[in-house]
Amino acid sequence: MSTFVLLTITGFGLGAMYFLIASGLSLIYGLMGVLNFAHGAFLTVGAYGMWFTEDHLGGVAVLPRFLIGALAGLAVGAVFAAVVELVLIRPLYRRHIDQVLVTVGLALSTVALVIAVWGNDARVVAAPSWLGDTTGVLGARIPNDRWIEIAAAVAVLVGLNAFLRRTRYGLIIRAGVENRAMVTALGIDVRRAFTLVFAIGGVAAAVAGVLSNVYFGTIDPQRGTSLLIFAFIVVVIGGLGSLRGTAIAAVVVGLVQQYANYYASSGLGDLSVVLLLGLVLLARPRGLSGSFA
Amino acid sequence: MRRFALPLVLLVLLALVPKVALDIPYVFKSSLNTPGTLQLLALCLVFGGLALTYDLLFGFTGLLSFGHALYFAVGVYIACIAMTKWHWGFVPALLFTALVGLLLPLALGAVSLRVGGIAFAMVTLAFAQAGSILVFKNPHRWTGGEEGLGTDYTKLPDAFVGIFNTKNLYWLALGYAAVVFVVVQWAVSSSPGHVWQAIRENELRVEVLGLRPYTYKLMSFVLASFLATAGGVVYLLLLGGATTDVTGANFTLTLLVMVVIGGTGTRWGALIGGILYTYANQRLGDISGSHAVSKLPSVFSTPLQQPLFVLGVLFILVVFFAPGGLARFGRALRT
Repeated sequence: MSTFVLLTITGFGLGAMYFLIASGLSLIYGLMGVLNFAHGAFLTVGAYGMWFTEDHLGGVAVLPRFLIGALAGLAVGAVFAAVVELVLIRPLYRRHIDQVLVTVGLALSTVALVIAVWGNDARVVAAPSWLGDTTGVLGARIPNDRWIEIAAAVAVLVGLNAFLRRTRYGLIIRAGVENRAMVTALGIDVRRAFTLVFAIGGVAAAVAGVLSNVYFGTIDPQRGTSLLIFAFIVVVIGGLGSLRGTAIAAVVVGLVQQYANYYASSGLGDLSVVLLLGLVLLARPRGLSGSFA
Repeated sequence: MRRFALPLVLLVLLALVPKVALDIPYVFKSSLNTPGTLQLLALCLVFGGLALTYDLLFGFTGLLSFGHALYFAVGVYIACIAMTKWHWGFVPALLFTALVGLLLPLALGAVSLRVGGIAFAMVTLAFAQAGSILVFKNPHRWTGGEEGLGTDYTKLPDAFVGIFNTKNLYWLALGYAAVVFVVVQWAVSSSPGHVWQAIRENELRVEVLGLRPYTYKLMSFVLASFLATAGGVVYLLLLGGATTDVTGANFTLTLLVMVVIGGTGTRWGALIGGILYTYANQRLGDISGSHAVSKLPSVFSTPLQQPLFVLGVLFILVVFFAPGGLARFGRALRT
């Protein structure tokens, strides 16, 4: 029983991480039709931003150092994503395939640049010791960082939902996902919403980057790429452009991965996620939520 | 006849390379007929051919696959495992690899082609990732996991073993590139080939004309994948072993980069793109280690140490400023 509880909660933790990456991907695709291969780079840049800041705050106590580093990571992720949209994506407006290609080039060169500057080896990231401890739930010892992951994902989900439902920009974004041409015809400049969505996606990816720093205790240049592939799977299963579908799919994928890795055999979890994707596509080619552009 | 003249002359010239003791300073480290240079050229030719198979999918049929690496890896790994781990002979191993190289894309293509566009890209990516995970997981210790797997060279024909025989491997690679070129040429000018290009332009219209795009797309997918598997076998013979870097998603992305730099939907462009990319990837490392680069300020010299950074930036520049790639320059020169 305690194993099951442990697996379930860590599965939710993993799903939270996937959701943080996939939510940005899904929103960007829904609004702009761009499959953003550079999303993993946003995560990597955010995570390195955190490590870099922490590294330069040598004398400061761990907790403020961690918090400042995390905030810096988020800021770096947001700015990087917004700049990418302004400089690289916007000029290629309406050339969807070219936009995808540019993000591919960006993903490859960003990782290469990070390797050139900071090397291929993993760097250690400092975190408060409380995050490494465990809390007992129904007899299971849950690592504390999983709670932070779940809380962060829930906060992002609630925040994004509130933003999309209650604010004017959220309204424009939702309308844009529905029918971009009509929004433009009504005289609203959707392009500003594009930059905003990229920045939001960048922050969410950077949150995932910061949390992955805590989860692994280190950061390495390939982190973003390896997580991105599972985020893609989550987005396809959930249905592109649907935030709720993405959240459900993220949890399902996280749980399936944890259960299969434990009950079947290690490494099988990753394969079963791919199998799940195949099954979902065979049964419902538009993904769970069915809002496929 | 003029259409065939240029490729034939080029083929004969390239076939003569191992017989020429010509030293080309800066371009190659040693003279043309040395094993080192021949190996580099052979690698370029294999990837040139492989880029062309990807162009058949992406450039001619409009299928943006992110899983093409899987079928190349099938050629590398299945042939290697059959010889080294199952102790099969060379010919049975090749036949089995060919069988897998046909059936696997047929099955996976049938599933992934149920969706189109970006979803197709992601599904192919996921399947390729599954292959990559399998290789890393090292079931029954067949794939060698992270360390890769060396070929049992006693199973190979003598002509392909040893440094002295690098010229034979070079000819094999040249033959591969030539065969892929001819097959792609023949396929895209056949009647299904015309349908592929029509699908690329407007799939709905093809459907309205009463044809089933699904069947044609599957044909293109299986043909391109099978040719990639053949390339994998040549690559295995060339390198004498299998390594994990041919399985990953990044490998497919580099194929995409090759094709786009060379020019999508063109035979020469993709071939030359693959050759130049591989050459640059191999040689940029040497150049960045050279004296001239290390004297530059570190702002320039640090990024230049990573060939992938240079190539990635070049790729973005091509997409922005030279859509159509190198092939467009060729066309502009001719007119």
